[in-house]
Amino acid sequence: MTKTVAIIGGGVAGLETAKQLNSLGYSVKLFEKSNTLGGHVAKWDRLFPNKRHASEVVSSLTLSQGNTQTLVGTTVSSIKRQHGNFIISANSNNHEADAVVLATGFELFPAEKKEEYGYGLFENVITSADLEQMFIKHGKPAMASGHKPVRIAFIHCVGSRDEKVNRPYCSKVCCVTAVKQAIEVKEAIPNCEVFCFYMDLRMFGPGYEDLYKEAQSKGVTFIRGRLSESSEIEGGRVQIKAEDTLASTPLKMSVDIVVLMVGMSPQLDTSKLAADLGLSLNADGFIAATDLHTNPTETTTKGVFVTGACTGPNNITDTVNAAKATALDVHNYLSR
Amino acid sequence: MSYYHHFVIPFTAGLLFLVIVVAAKWIIWIKGLNNQQKRQVKGNIFTKKSLLATWEVLAESLFHRKVFKKNFLLGYMHMSLALGWFLLIAMGNLETRIFTHGQLNPPYVPIFFEFFEHDLSTLRYKEIFTFVMDFLLLFVLSGVALAYFKRATSKPLGMKQATKHAFVDKLALTSLWLIFPLRLAAESVTAGLYGTGGFFTRWLGEAIAPLPAIDMLYYPLWWAYSLSLGLFFISVPFTRYMHIPTETLLIFLRKYGIKETEKHTSYTQVELNACSRCGICIDSCQLSSELGISSSQSTYFLKSLRDKKATDYLTETCMLCGRCDYSCPVGIENSTIRLNQRRESPATGTSFGYVPAIEASKGKIAFFAGCMGQLTPSVTRATLALFDAADVEYTHIDKDATICCGRPLQVNGEENAARELAQKNKQLIEGTGAEALVTTCPICARIFAESYELSIPVYHHTQFLYQLAASGQLKLAPSNNLITYHDPCELGRGLGVYDEPRELLKFAGNLVEVKSSKTNSLCCGGSLAITSINQQQRNQMARKTLQSIGANDVDFVATACPLCKKTFTAASDENAILDISEILVKAFANTKQSSKPEQKQTAKETSTVN
Ligand SMILES: Cc1cc2nc3c(=O)[nH]c(=O)nc-3n(C[C@H](O)[C@H](O)[C@H](O)COP(=O)(O)OP(=O)(O)OC[C@H]3O[C@@H](n4cnc5c(N)ncnc54)[C@H](O)[C@@H]3O)c2cc1C
Ligand code: SF4
Ligand code: SF4
Ligand code: SF4
Repeated sequence: MTKTVAIIGGGVAGLETAKQLNSLGYSVKLFEKSNTLGGHVAKWDRLFPNKRHASEVVSSLTLSQGNTQTLVGTTVSSIKRQHGNFIISANSNNHEADAVVLATGFELFPAEKKEEYGYGLFENVITSADLEQMFIKHGKPAMASGHKPVRIAFIHCVGSRDEKVNRPYCSKVCCVTAVKQAIEVKEAIPNCEVFCFYMDLRMFGPGYEDLYKEAQSKGVTFIRGRLSESSEIEGGRVQIKAEDTLASTPLKMSVDIVVLMVGMSPQLDTSKLAADLGLSLNADGFIAATDLHTNPTETTTKGVFVTGACTGPNNITDTVNAAKATALDVHNYLSR
Repeated sequence: MSYYHHFVIPFTAGLLFLVIVVAAKWIIWIKGLNNQQKRQVKGNIFTKKSLLATWEVLAESLFHRKVFKKNFLLGYMHMSLALGWFLLIAMGNLETRIFTHGQLNPPYVPIFFEFFEHDLSTLRYKEIFTFVMDFLLLFVLSGVALAYFKRATSKPLGMKQATKHAFVDKLALTSLWLIFPLRLAAESVTAGLYGTGGFFTRWLGEAIAPLPAIDMLYYPLWWAYSLSLGLFFISVPFTRYMHIPTETLLIFLRKYGIKETEKHTSYTQVELNACSRCGICIDSCQLSSELGISSSQSTYFLKSLRDKKATDYLTETCMLCGRCDYSCPVGIENSTIRLNQRRESPATGTSFGYVPAIEASKGKIAFFAGCMGQLTPSVTRATLALFDAADVEYTHIDKDATICCGRPLQVNGEENAARELAQKNKQLIEGTGAEALVTTCPICARIFAESYELSIPVYHHTQFLYQLAASGQLKLAPSNNLITYHDPCELGRGLGVYDEPRELLKFAGNLVEVKSSKTNSLCCGGSLAITSINQQQRNQMARKTLQSIGANDVDFVATACPLCKKTFTAASDENAILDISEILVKAFANTKQSSKPEQKQTAKETSTVN
């Protein structure tokens, strides 16, 4: 009898794992709590490093699913182990599976927690995710009043590398996202001044450094320093205070839009599923695998695998690679 | 008739020594009080305050009321030792007085009366006396037994940590613990040999009388009893037992209105010596219960200061949360003494003279958000929205720029730098011509009230908003939300504001009262007065505090301090943490929906913090 694999999460991680296991001949059930597939990537406009449309990536993954049974609008609320099998409860139905893959991804850092930055209070303080939506809808950013911005500040490391909000780790993708978005702003509104406030720039992937050079050549100004606070001034503009740590001077600036580069946080609901299954979390709150180097997809509970951003911040390439590896590990486990 | 035997010498000499030393210390301390404090003593000594103090001495030093409140067994242990011993002396005196027909006897006579007088047949009420004396001895011995037990394991007596004691303390402890068993032995042997004693010593005496050579123990036991008493008395001034006579003095001085000032005074010496080193403060300290830092609590700090050996570690490893001030059965102002010790340490020369002055427009109410207010714009915004809703004429004096109130510097011993900032803010505040100062930050409120010497009243926003809500000037409509309230250290224990925040919240929803609240509330962990703990440790404390106020069982966790709000928000992703003002904004919005705003409360006198 064909064995069944349940995949929790229909982001790029879940989709790729499903695709691979499907082609290996397993019966795959993919649970996705929202009504569409693609996870966070479906919410992005164009992707770094090559400004390709995110929708292309999502549709290529969804179209290659074959026999995968996708259950959208289905939230997995608990997973129990029973006689070597798993009972997955979702939307008050129970499903059985021989193996489980957690691909529940991440959650954007709730920027309200960094209250001093004014998200949710000042209408022209937005997040990087909000900016992606603006690009999708209008092709360019606009102030809440509808006015065209002439000065925009990108704030790196919001909810990352910040002990004060209990997120000490680096989210990896936000530096390059800021650089990409800065270029996009410059392309859409050439006379708009663009500033990036960073701690250091982590351009770790192929093509990332080139993006940074491109941003510089397009006139984006990089200021090393962390924002201390912002306040709202006339016309809904925002005054930000920071310290330029290279020049060692405090700095005050009025801008039209502040873009907070929100980090990738562990999902609260996932932590609960993990607790159900007796999985341990790493120091940052993401799900821990049995061996960071040689076994990054297996967990301490037999038959439960993890993949994608629920194990920590990652870009799409690394997520998809991890998904392929996970599929192979699931196959090895089920064909023992 | 005169009673005497050489063995009374150790007891008598010890007692004499103790009386002289205690009297000398009292005189030195009282003489050392500053002029203001001396005036307080003179002005109050012949008033009913002295009677009240006497009553408190009885309640605390004999009955140990506060220790009882902490734990019954611990209270019983202290009471049986103190009250039992006191009554033994008092009854003994009465007994000898009656027996000797009112004659004034040297102090050793009643103590060793069983030795001196074997024939009590002429004593009036003999049966009662011998019974009561034995009963009291057993009462004391039950306390001694508990004390032995506590040394072995302190948990059943409600103490997780017992103070670690020095060698002299152990010596004194040993002699104290020997006194009563030795008295029992001496009296029982005497009873066995001469048929004296009450129901218990007689029974025990008769039981051991047949043992060989029991009569050989007669003199040695009385000598040992006297020696243990003498040794204990002599050790008192050098050990924690000095707390017994000192607490009496402390109670009187405190009743006369004397408090810690901003500097150590000889009153501080009285407090230092009144610490019994009971260790109750260790358990109440979250550094110990949460983080396992159990070597810096008040008991150790006070001891080190008493011995003039306070280290930086002891002075600085404290959140100044004030919990131990309230749990201390002696009522020692621990955190103030610790703060004053920080003030004594050499200044680092930090100066803020360069900070440019700021100016604000005039207004009836001066509103100050402070540095924490800059970091919590939502709180400032909500408060000002409520001011607008109630038509308050205000000026937001640190809207564009703010100067730190100085409290964070002050709690870290940088008094001069704090004063420089205070001066600038004072000018700013007074320049507005306002009638009152309102701040959302209890940290600022505390230094405004305690050190700024402003001519206008200072209100924390919860006090001010309560006034507006209670008078009907601010219309609010409650929702069905469950709300729990966290008392901020600086607002609660610091400024004594407990009621207004609670009353205010009742205008907004259903307030859930928890056990660890008010003086017993836990610190959120965000304290600015400690620098040696890291963010993870702070988070750990914050999560425990949230748990203690039942955060998971309510819709909102309310606090009244922007620092608490930030600390909790960092530590918990699961709870909605809001300042009272933010919750009230919702209640104000409710009035727009529901047509009949409920105004069930009547105004009560609103306090200020200064
Ligand atoms: C602002 C921003 C821009 C980015 N831009 C790029 C880019 O340009 N290029 C790039 O390579 N990477 C980019 N990334 C990174 C990229 O988004 C991630 O690598 C990717 O989303 C990870 O995919 P995932 O499937 O692991 O997680 P997710 O995308 O988070 O998907 C997880 C899915 O699981 C579902 N789920 C969660 N819990 C449950 C449950 N209990 N039951 C059912 N379903 C559940 C969720 O609804 C979600 O759909 C960006 C990230 C950010 C924050
Ligand atoms: S990738 Fe850059 S912006 Fe994101 S957390 Fe790391 S350093 Fe900060
Ligand atoms: S400070 Fe108070 S609680 Fe602490 S040991 Fe001394 S008397 Fe006991
Ligand atoms: S003030 Fe608070 S932190 Fe300091 S010793 Fe007392 S209980 Fe502990």
